[in-house]
Amino acid sequence: MSEIVIKCESVYKIFGQNAKKMLEESNGNVDAKTFQERGCIVGVNNASFEVAKGEMLVVMGLSGSGKSTLLRCISRLTDATGGKIFIEGQDLLELNNKELIELRRNKMGMVFQSFALLPHKTVVENIAFPLQIKGTNTEESISRAMEMVKLVGLDGRENYFPRELSGGQQQRVGIARSLAVEPDIWFLDEPFSALDPLIRKEMQDEFLRLQEKLQKTIMFITHDFDEALKLADRIAIMKDGIIEQLDTPANIVLNPATEYVRKFTEEVPREKVLIIEDVMDALSKDNLGDLKVSKDEIIENVAEKILTQEKLVGVVDSNNNIVGSIKPSKIIDTVFGGRKNGS
Amino acid sequence: MEYLKKYPKLFQWLFLLIVFFALCFAIDVPETYKFIRGQAEFVKDPNQSVYFFLGKEVRYYAFDVFWRLPPLLGWLPIWINDSLFFLMNEWMPMEFWNEDTQEFKTRPLLLEISRNLTAFMTFLIELIREILLGGLETIVAFTSWDFIDAYPWLELPGLPWTIVAAGAAILSYKLSGKGLALFAGLTMIYISIFGQWKPSMQTLSFILVAAPLSFIFGLGLGIAAYKSKRVEKALYPILLVMQTMPQYAVLVPALVLFGVGDHAAVIITMVVAVPPMILLTILGLRAIPPEVIEAGRMSGCTNWQLMFKVLIPTARRDILIGVNQVIMVCFSMAVISAFIGAKGLGFNLLLALNQLNIGLALEAGLCISLIAILLDKMSLAWANKQTDYFGNLTFFQRNKNVIFFAASFVIGIILAYVGTFIFKGSFNYLFEIPHNKGISTADFWNKGVDWIFDTFFVYIKAFNTWLIQDVLQPMRALYLRMPAVATLVLAVGAGYLIGGIRSALVVAALTLFIALSPWWDRALVTLYMATFGVVISCLIGFTVGTLCFQNKKSAAFMLGICDIFQTFPSFVYLIPVMMLFGITDTSVLIAVIVYATIPATRYTIEGLRSVPVGLHEAATMSGVNKFQRLTKIEFPLAFPHMMLGLNQTIVFALFMVIIGAFIGTEDLGQYILKALSDKNGAGIGLTLGICVAFIGLIFDNLIRTWVEKRKKHLGIN
Repeated sequence: MSEIVIKCESVYKIFGQNAKKMLEESNGNVDAKTFQERGCIVGVNNASFEVAKGEMLVVMGLSGSGKSTLLRCISRLTDATGGKIFIEGQDLLELNNKELIELRRNKMGMVFQSFALLPHKTVVENIAFPLQIKGTNTEESISRAMEMVKLVGLDGRENYFPRELSGGQQQRVGIARSLAVEPDIWFLDEPFSALDPLIRKEMQDEFLRLQEKLQKTIMFITHDFDEALKLADRIAIMKDGIIEQLDTPANIVLNPATEYVRKFTEEVPREKVLIIEDVMDALSKDNLGDLKVSKDEIIENVAEKILTQEKLVGVVDSNNNIVGSIKPSKIIDTVFGGRKNGS
Repeated sequence: MEYLKKYPKLFQWLFLLIVFFALCFAIDVPETYKFIRGQAEFVKDPNQSVYFFLGKEVRYYAFDVFWRLPPLLGWLPIWINDSLFFLMNEWMPMEFWNEDTQEFKTRPLLLEISRNLTAFMTFLIELIREILLGGLETIVAFTSWDFIDAYPWLELPGLPWTIVAAGAAILSYKLSGKGLALFAGLTMIYISIFGQWKPSMQTLSFILVAAPLSFIFGLGLGIAAYKSKRVEKALYPILLVMQTMPQYAVLVPALVLFGVGDHAAVIITMVVAVPPMILLTILGLRAIPPEVIEAGRMSGCTNWQLMFKVLIPTARRDILIGVNQVIMVCFSMAVISAFIGAKGLGFNLLLALNQLNIGLALEAGLCISLIAILLDKMSLAWANKQTDYFGNLTFFQRNKNVIFFAASFVIGIILAYVGTFIFKGSFNYLFEIPHNKGISTADFWNKGVDWIFDTFFVYIKAFNTWLIQDVLQPMRALYLRMPAVATLVLAVGAGYLIGGIRSALVVAALTLFIALSPWWDRALVTLYMATFGVVISCLIGFTVGTLCFQNKKSAAFMLGICDIFQTFPSFVYLIPVMMLFGITDTSVLIAVIVYATIPATRYTIEGLRSVPVGLHEAATMSGVNKFQRLTKIEFPLAFPHMMLGLNQTIVFALFMVIIGAFIGTEDLGQYILKALSDKNGAGIGLTLGICVAFIGLIFDNLIRTWVEKRKKHLGIN
C-alpha cells in the first residue's frame, strides 16, 4: 500500500460537560445510551482507519450518524475527545495554533454543504481568499484564482456575487476555493446534497474528472449511498458514531457486515456497481468457451454477452492473461439471487 | 362555561380589568391630593412628611398607601448626586505631573481622568474643525501660546468652502457615483450660500469625531460580548436600559463629569450611540452560519483574520444598520447637546426655536438633515464598494479622483485669493460665507407661517381648544385618577398573563421603582402623553403601511420615506408643529405622532412583506378575495412583527414626549430639563432618565415576551 496520509486511532468525540472524564472512566467502552443518561452525546465512537495518498474515502451515514463530526475532528474544526489523529505522520492533536494554521493554509481544503461563501466577496475574491489569507499578493492571488475559475467552468462570472449564482455554480466556487492553495488533502462535507438531482449528477461527474486530474487524498461525506458507490475507492458506513463497515464498494454490496449496512445494499443494482473480478470464480481450464471479458468490466456492460454463452467465460486482465472464469448462471445469481438468501 | 373553556385567556384578561376598575372605584381620591406643579423637595411645607435615610432628608406629601406609595427611593437622586461629587472631587487623590507649572499636583483620580479625556476630545474636535474653518488651537496644542505669540502667522487657515464642497462631491463619486456626488455638491453649496457654513462645519467636526469613535467602541465591545458570555451578561442590562433611556437624561451627569462644551457632547453622544451599535454587532455576529466560520478556519485564518476578514464582513448587514443608528444618534445629539454648550447648527436651532423664529430654525434643521442624509448614504456606499481587478487602467484613470481633488484644491485656493480682490473690504464670499450673510429664506418662512396662522387662526385655535379641553385634559385626569395599587395590579397582572411569573416579577420591579420614586404623578403624565401618541401613531402607521403594501412600488417608496424621516434629528420635528400650534401640549403630541408613526409604518410593511409567498398562493387558490387574504392570512402572520413595531413606536414616542419638555410639558421631561440648569441636578436627571427608561422597558418586556410566544406558536423562525 502506498503512503498513509490520514490515520485515525480510536477517535472519540463526545459532547457535553465532563465528556473527557467520562471517556477515561469508560476504558474505551463507550455506550451511547449510558452516556446520554449522564448528559453527554456521543458524536464519534472509536473510529480507526487510514486513508492512503490519492485515495478517496467516502463516509456514508444518515443525519446524526456522526459523519460530519468525524470530518470536523480530522480537520480539527472541533477537538476530538480521545484518540489520535495523524496527518502525514504528524500528530494533529499535538499541533499548536500556529502549526495548525500553517497546515490548513498549505495542506487542507474543504468544501461545505451550504457552500459557505463569503457574501461580500465576488466569485474571484472568494476563490482568492485562502491565498490572500496566506499572504499572497493581490495580483498573484487573483491570477491564480482566475485559473481556478476556468478549471471549474465559471469563466465570465468571476465578478458575480454568490447571491447572483445558482446552487450548482455556488458549489463550483466552493470547490475552486478549496483547491486554490493546491492542498494535498481534500475534505468534502456533503458537497452535492443541497443540489437538484440533475445538477448533482453533473457535479459528481465533474468531480470525478477533477479527481482524475488532481489525484488528491479525499474524505468525502455523504448521506447518499448511490453517491458513495459511484465515487468511492472505499466506503465507511457510520451509524450512531460507530463505523459499521469500511470496505470497497463491491465488498460492501456483496458482503454487508451488519443488518444496518444490508438495508442500504438491498436496493442497489449490483450489475451497475460490481465488476467481473468481484464475482468471478477461480480459473478452471475445463469447458472454457471462446468469449473472453476483462476483469475490470462492469457487469451490466457484458451481462448480455455472457448470458448468451453456454460454456464458461474466461476473464482476462489488462495483459490479456486469463485470470479466472465465470459461469453465465453466476450473473443471474449476482443480479437476482444474492438478495433472497441475504448473503 | 363553554366559552370559558374555549377562551380562557380572554376571561383572565376580563377578570384582570374588572379587578383594576374595582380598585379604581374603591379607592377614593384623598381630599388633600393635588398635582404638584413645583418641585416638592425644595418647598418647605409644614404639611410635608419627612424621613431620613443614609443621612439624606426626604420631604414628601403623604397619602394613603393605596392611593400613592411613599417615595421610599426619594434619597436615591440626592445620594447619586453626592456620590458623584465625592468620586469627582475627593476619591483617590493622587499625585500628577503638571506640564504647565512643572510640578506635582494632588488631584482626585477621576478628575484627572476626566481632564485628560476632555483634553483629548477637545484636541480631536479642534483638529477637524480647524482644517475646515481655520484656527489656532491645534498648533497651540503642539507648542504653546507663547510660541503662537512669537509667530502669529502660524495658524491653520481653514479650507475655502469651494474645496470642501468639491472634496465631498469627489469622495461621493468615488464611493457611489454621479447621483450621490450631485447630492453632496448641492448640499454643500446650499449650506454655503445660505450662510450656514460655519455652524455646519462645527457640527460636522463634532460628528466626524463622535461617529467614528462610537462605531469603534461599539464594534469592539460587540466583539468582546460575542466572544465572552461573561462580558455579554455584564453589558446586557446596561444596554437594555440605555436603549430606552431618553437622551436628555444622560446630559446631566455628563455636565458634572466633563463640564460644558463640545468634548462633553462627544462623550455623551458616545454613551448614547454605542449601545445600539453593540447590540447590532452581537446580533450580526450571532447570525453568521457556522459553516462560513468553518470555511474561514479551513482557509487558515488566524483569529484576527477570521474576525476582520470573515466574521465582520459577513455580518455587514446588521453592522451597517448599527452605523446608520450611530449616525442618526450623533445628529440627534448634535442638537440636544447644544444644551451643554456644543457649538454648531444645534445651538442655532435651539436659539431660533427659543425665539420662535421658525424660519431660522427651519434653515438650520434642513442643514442638519441634509448633512445627516449625506453621511448616511456615504457610509452605506463605502461598505458596499467593490474593487475592479481586471480593468486595464491608465495612470490617469486609476488616480483620477486624487487628481481632480488636487485640481479643485488649487482652483479653490486661487478663487479664494481672487476673492480677496473682488470683495475688497467686505466678506470674501469665495472663501467663506459668514453666518447670516448668505441668502436667507427665514423671512419667507416666517411670513408664510404668519399667513397660515392669520388665515387659519380660527380653525387651528378651535381644533387646539377642542383637543386640549375635550380629549387631553380628561385623559390626563383619568390617568392621574388611577390609584398606585390599581396600576401595580394591572401591570403585574398583565405581566403574569403574558409571560408567567418571570415577566410578572420583572414588571413588578420596574413599576415599583417608578412608584417609589418621588415622581409617580409625573410618570403618569408622561404615560398619558405617550399613550395618546402611540395610539394615534399606530392607527396611522398600520393603516398607511397596509395601504402602501398593496402595491410593491408604493411600499418601497414608503420605506424610503421612513428612511429619510428617520435620519432627521428628533428636534427637527418640533419646528413645523410649533409653527402651527405654538407652545401647547398639542404641539408636543403632534410631534410625537409624526415621529412615532415612522416605526409603526415601517414594521407594518416589513411584517406584511415577510409573509411567505407560498401562503399567498395557497390563499389565492382557496379563493379568498383581497380583503379576506389580508384579515385571514397576512395580518395574523405579520402581527408579531407589527407588535415589535409597536415596541419601537413606544420608545420613539417616549423620547419625543421627553424632548417635548422643551416646548413645555408637565411630565418627567420637564424635571429633566430643569435638572440641566441645577447644579445638584445630576442625580435627579439620572433617576428621572431611569424612570422613563423603565416605562419603556415595562412595555418592551411585555411585548417581546408576547411576540416570542406568538412566533413559536405560529412557527415563524
